[in-house]
Amino acid sequence: MPLTNQLRDDILASVPSLRAFAISLSGNGDRADDLVQETLLRALANIDSFQPGSNLPAWLFTILRNLFRSDYRKRRREVEDADGGYAKTLKTQPSQNAHLEFEEFRAALEKLPQDQREALILVGASGFSYEDAAAICGCAVGTIKSRVNRARSKLSALLYVEGADDFGPDDTVRAVIGGNG
Amino acid sequence: MGKMERVMKEVKSKSAVPGKPGGLNPEIQSRIGHQLRAMYDDVVRQGVPDRFAELIRKLDAPDANPSQIEPGGEHTAKNDGRD
Repeated sequence: MPLTNQLRDDILASVPSLRAFAISLSGNGDRADDLVQETLLRALANIDSFQPGSNLPAWLFTILRNLFRSDYRKRRREVEDADGGYAKTLKTQPSQNAHLEFEEFRAALEKLPQDQREALILVGASGFSYEDAAAICGCAVGTIKSRVNRARSKLSALLYVEGADDFGPDDTVRAVIGGNG
Repeated sequence: MGKMERVMKEVKSKSAVPGKPGGLNPEIQSRIGHQLRAMYDDVVRQGVPDRFAELIRKLDAPDANPSQIEPGGEHTAKNDGRD
């Protein structure tokens, strides 16, 4: 459909959640905003292929997710800017304990396999149905459900069992668990 | 926030009991859901950064140039943020 004022407003209204999705995926605020910009340009260039009445946020999220995937493949060997990116995007500085907890959570989230992380975010934070999340990721609904469950189990293990470092595995155990990496 | 830390510790100690695989503690699940949304919503609340609002505005109306309309009339004084 052509770009109407209404559609333009709807696209703008999706920007905040697109940014949140991009930051959750990439863990880096600057890179996330580039991803959002690229998504908007693609969306506007391909606006004719958007079906009126269909789910605009899901369409935009699909574009962003595909861009992230191709971008990620390109960059996976580059050095990650692991710290600082997310913290910079915060409007208010959390108190120190809350900040630590927040960092711990973010670090755990980044340890999830990408498939599981995106499924968990789409369903657990963006509020998409399993069906929409499956459409965005191009997979079956059952696959999304199982990815979300595995993501939750893994986060729970990372944060609430392994995360208690005072009785965490020592180096020898880590070496065994981690294989010869 | 000492309270948050305390909740975290409580949850940790409860989950230290070896559970059946796949059987997720509902309390931990709700905690994870809460943290996930808190992280996400923190970004959502920042709204639309100017760069994106401007990007869409520019692409939206390539032929309309508002600064040339209104001959002899009011200047668009509110538009002094442009570069």
